[in-house]
Amino acid sequence: MTNEPGRGVHDMGGLPAGPVKPNEHDYAMWERQVDALMVLLINKSRRVITVDELRRGIEGLGAGAYDRLSYYERWIASITQILIEKGVITNDELGRRMEAVKARFEGTT
Amino acid sequence: MTAARFTPGMTVRVRRAFQPGHVRTPYYARGKRGVVERLCGIFANPEELAYGRSGEPKLPLYRVRFAQQELWPDYRGTAHDTVDIELYEHWLEPI
Repeated sequence: MTNEPGRGVHDMGGLPAGPVKPNEHDYAMWERQVDALMVLLINKSRRVITVDELRRGIEGLGAGAYDRLSYYERWIASITQILIEKGVITNDELGRRMEAVKARFEGTT
Repeated sequence: MTAARFTPGMTVRVRRAFQPGHVRTPYYARGKRGVVERLCGIFANPEELAYGRSGEPKLPLYRVRFAQQELWPDYRGTAHDTVDIELYEHWLEPI
């Protein structure tokens, strides 16, 4: 962590860091879904969002969330924020859908 | 279409600017001197696209070559070691 004004939390080139661990790993189903969702959203026929917006959203997560979240968690956090900003979904709609999915997942419906 | 201001071989300096928000110039390169290696093309400005705007006018994007010794004060390798960074024209100043 640095506290240099103008250096984004993601802009870590040249900062001290541990070794890179180049281990392969499989992706969870939800990670594949996030990737597929992004592909559909940036598709030229729709162009709902741009990769530049995705990046801006990820960079704007703040140091705490940026460091805590995994790669695709950052993606979906950014995608969610951008879709709300653009009015594609509303916060209320998202909240209700999350409740419904959670209930279904827990087998209470 | 924006005409490219720099040509390969020209020495340029990256602007020392530290604004918040989405920028495409790494922190470590700001204020550093490099040589234009090539013009990569003319592209919509990603620093504008990032906020849902058009990205117009399009900007020239250059590949700029920096000596590692220029970028890192404590670099221990040779003077021939370089890093190429792709930078949009509005981040570059002539020297």
